[in-house]
Amino acid sequence: MTHLIIFLFFGGLCVAGAVNLLVQRHPINSALSLVVVMGSLAVEYLLLGAEFVAAVQVIVYAGAIMVLFVFVIMLLNAGEEERTKGSRVAMLFGIPGMLVGSVLVGWVLIERTGTQTVSAGALPGAPRTIGWLLFHNFLLPFEVTSILVLIAIMGAVVLASHPDSDQGKKES
Amino acid sequence: MVPISYYLILSGILFACGVTGFLIKRNIISIFMSIELMLNGVNLSFVAFAAQWHALSGQIFVFFVMVVAAAEAAVGLAIIIAVYRTRETLNVDQVDLLKL
Repeated sequence: MTHLIIFLFFGGLCVAGAVNLLVQRHPINSALSLVVVMGSLAVEYLLLGAEFVAAVQVIVYAGAIMVLFVFVIMLLNAGEEERTKGSRVAMLFGIPGMLVGSVLVGWVLIERTGTQTVSAGALPGAPRTIGWLLFHNFLLPFEVTSILVLIAIMGAVVLASHPDSDQGKKES
Repeated sequence: MVPISYYLILSGILFACGVTGFLIKRNIISIFMSIELMLNGVNLSFVAFAAQWHALSGQIFVFFVMVVAAAEAAVGLAIIIAVYRTRETLNVDQVDLLKL
């Protein structure tokens, strides 16, 4: 019962944050409500027993990625967005479409997955277990991921570097 | 004891909110945040299915999704900075040409 209450509380917080992200016009408000969504999702992961995933969610998502977002919003001095004709058309067709789609998916899920319940911590995803799996069964994907991250670092540096500084190097 | 379908419905709601934001937002940074919201919704369903079928590889996959999301955020935000530098706007309606 306690688990259900915790689940409903943080699930509600999650949905409220997601809706707030849609409603807010200023990007910084959207970013902060996204932090709320990610923090409450970490609690949901803990309820499912995925301790490692919950920790990584807080550290990587709510920490690193959102700080990057807030930095860019501050750097570009992003103001409130203005409504355009395109966004009104998208609202007119997009929101009813999404409602119909989510009701359909929810109905299918309730019908098909039924009443199977999962107790809190049913599948212990402790850091030790995850680490063992990661460095034994999934060693190759893990190493390939490091190459991906390296490429991402180089891409970000190349894309964000100022074009003038690049030309200056060539001329000198 | 929480039914597994509740977790899936929550992840579906998050994904739907992400798609809606992707459609209705006009600020390129807000659109990017909606994509992150969709990734989070998918991650929740991965963990829920991992708990349902007692397969830890679901949680490993969430780890990989997070790594890819971090790389995507770094490169995407660099692209946004480059776009803003050349066009002085963040509105996607005014960014409709690949070339200046």
